[in-house]
Amino acid sequence: MDDLITMQDLTNEQVISLLDEAERLLPVARGEAYEPLLQGKVLANLFYEPSTRTRMSFEAAMKRLGGSVMNLGALAGSSVSKGETLYDTMQMINGYADVAVLRHPRQGAAQYSADAVDIPIINAGDGAGHHPTQTLLDLFTIRSCHGRLDGLDVVLVGDLRYGRTVHSLSHALSRFGARLTFISPESLSMPAEIVSDLQDSGVEVTEDADLQAHIDDADVIYMTRIQKERFPDEDEYRKVAGIYRLQLSDLAGAKQAMIVMHPLPRVGEIESDIDSTEHAKYFEQAFYGVVSRMALLCSVLGVDVPEVFG
Amino acid sequence: MSEMRRVTAICNGTVIDHIPAGQAPLMMRMLGVDSGRSNPISMVMNVPSNKQGRKDVMKIEDRELSQVELDRLAIVAPHASVSIIRNYGVAEKRQLILADEMVDIARCSFANCITKDPREPMPNRILVISSEPLEMRCAYCGRSQDLDSVIENLL
Repeated sequence: MDDLITMQDLTNEQVISLLDEAERLLPVARGEAYEPLLQGKVLANLFYEPSTRTRMSFEAAMKRLGGSVMNLGALAGSSVSKGETLYDTMQMINGYADVAVLRHPRQGAAQYSADAVDIPIINAGDGAGHHPTQTLLDLFTIRSCHGRLDGLDVVLVGDLRYGRTVHSLSHALSRFGARLTFISPESLSMPAEIVSDLQDSGVEVTEDADLQAHIDDADVIYMTRIQKERFPDEDEYRKVAGIYRLQLSDLAGAKQAMIVMHPLPRVGEIESDIDSTEHAKYFEQAFYGVVSRMALLCSVLGVDVPEVFG
Repeated sequence: MSEMRRVTAICNGTVIDHIPAGQAPLMMRMLGVDSGRSNPISMVMNVPSNKQGRKDVMKIEDRELSQVELDRLAIVAPHASVSIIRNYGVAEKRQLILADEMVDIARCSFANCITKDPREPMPNRILVISSEPLEMRCAYCGRSQDLDSVIENLL
């Protein structure tokens, strides 16, 4: 694998292999072992849009493996503010770094960059397009908690229309035989072409606006934030803001092993009284971003992850 | 009257036959022909055809279209036949080939695609996923492009 632009760049076998490698890297991510597999390698973090978890977890991943990181920094202080094209910036980065992580407001920016340079490009979000490393860490979280990816009942909740995370995750889960339930207000429902693609590939899909009716059968409840910035009209946003708020009393009949996930940041979708339960996995999920990205960085840089650290 | 007699034979140039009826003006646009300054062009439209019912025919004098130019036309007229004419005779027969990828023929139609930034210098690339039915996607953002939007966004 040279670049990771969408999850379609990975076969199921490659996904499983990355998750296996990520699992082996857990002691390194926790700081319990030091394995400088990427010593001497330089990562360029190019975030043209705000990011907290993705940028920091890539940085943590690289540094835990002995590599170093350059950040593009605030756009106001860079050549971007002077009108430099993405193409020119990428040519420069091609000479400075061994691998680049890119988040950009324009869709297709990651593929465009990958075509423009020789170093591997990892897509960390391109507009409303793809965010494959979020999907990898989501799959890692699900497999870590349930011991498998296949045959699970996964309920995705909230903004299913604009959320790139839920689009990628639905496609990825469908490849592993999950049953999917989409919970959203009608105005934020999963795009029809995605539902149709999933059904064509034989996935059992249920769509509903009522979350409570699906909690007790779920193995995974994946909450998402209603993204205010996506609404052209604030009145439209207010109609659906806060529509789904998961609280402890909602989980009374939930399976013991059911997990609650969220890509974060949350703004009220999950009440804090759930945080201390065994169901809450969203902070663990954020940590798993480090191991998933460690495995990915090793893969694109052609570095083998040892079977056993010693 | 045969449709080929509606316009005179040409001495040298290119004849494109079996164009879907009504599409010849669009093909001229796709070829980037400047109608005010180009070589002589004869065009017949909506003439009877045994194969197609009705068809268009174009004759471009004193210009042999290259295979690259012809392939630009393949999304509109995949079954058109092309004759290169020299000294009133058919010197060469060519087919339009719908390539897997169209480079710098049209811009992606999606408003937020990276290629919508006019300063970005990389080529516009539209991938042809299937020919029948015609399915095209931007090579960068992955958005589907229908024939109308490709025509609207011709470069």
